Amino acid sequence: MARIQIIAIFTSILFLLQVAYLIHRGRLREEYAFIWIICTGIILFFSFWRDGLETMARLMGVYAPPNLVFMGAIFALLVYLLHLSVTVSKLQQQNKTLAQEHALLQQRMEQKLK
Amino acid sequence: MSSQQKIAVVIPAYNEEASIATVVAEVNRVSKETGVAMTPVVVNDCSIDKTREIIAELDCIALNLPINLGIGGAVQTGFKYALLNGFDFAVQIDGDGQHPPVQIPLLLNAIHQNGWDVAIGSRFITKEGFQSTFMRRVGISYFEWLLKLLTGKTVKDATSGMRMFNRKTLALFYKYYPDEYPEPEAIILLSKNDLKFGEIPVHMSERMGGESSIRSFGSVYYMFKVTLAIIFSYLRK
Repeated sequence: MARIQIIAIFTSILFLLQVAYLIHRGRLREEYAFIWIICTGIILFFSFWRDGLETMARLMGVYAPPNLVFMGAIFALLVYLLHLSVTVSKLQQQNKTLAQEHALLQQRMEQKLK
Repeated sequence: MSSQQKIAVVIPAYNEEASIATVVAEVNRVSKETGVAMTPVVVNDCSIDKTREIIAELDCIALNLPINLGIGGAVQTGFKYALLNGFDFAVQIDGDGQHPPVQIPLLLNAIHQNGWDVAIGSRFITKEGFQSTFMRRVGISYFEWLLKLLTGKTVKDATSGMRMFNRKTLALFYKYYPDEYPEPEAIILLSKNDLKFGEIPVHMSERMGGESSIRSFGSVYYMFKVTLAIIFSYLRK
């Protein structure tokens, strides 16, 4: 087994453990954990299967195998960023409603106390 | 009309310590003199000056937002208050004294006479009072054109913040009201929901204090953002 393989496998496993720890502590929602586990799984898979990248690149008609890594990674990041933008928009909407309800309730409470 | 109709005068205020007391006092004075029942509802959009302390002492309903929501979110808070507290109409006026409250009864009359759901105060019908700067008027003409294209109706002053809404409209805005720069987009919402609206001439002043929500360097962003918002509102559902 090549040295780089051992480093890659070791790093992926550490990452997986970190994700598991975050879920365990309730700091990461399962739906996000799912994505991270799949990503780590893919990296781990290619760490064991050394020729996997070249085989995949040949299958997809990519001349330089590292380009396949870049393409896949950039695409995955874009999709994830889009998902995060949607999440932020939703949170902002919920935040707004909460703030408004807060202001209305506070006014009612103060009126009662007067 | 059995009893007298109640109007909530929604005044969004972000750092308006210089002018808010005058605006509220003016609303109350006009209410007393004309006999039109008006209640000032000041929405303090998490101001960092003394606005909160000032409005607590005034004869008005004070709504304090815990975080800054921007003009759309602030105004919507006032609309929600008006709807939940049995007001017949809500009128939006600026906290910086641009919209003289004397003109509020004119909007009410226009609604009654024409059977409208919404009355919009326009600066450009009789071209009296503060007319804004040249570049702004170019922008406003552009919105007039875009809205005419999408709704088939002419709104000469689509950015006017001086508007009166009935309960039917407030119920609509309870569910959704645009966040940033809401005025032109709101017109699309009215049109899509088959609400009747029209403009009447009003006289506007130059602001007494505070800053416009549309700063010069942000005006390109403003045009772009509002155009997108208008088109997407139009396409929705």
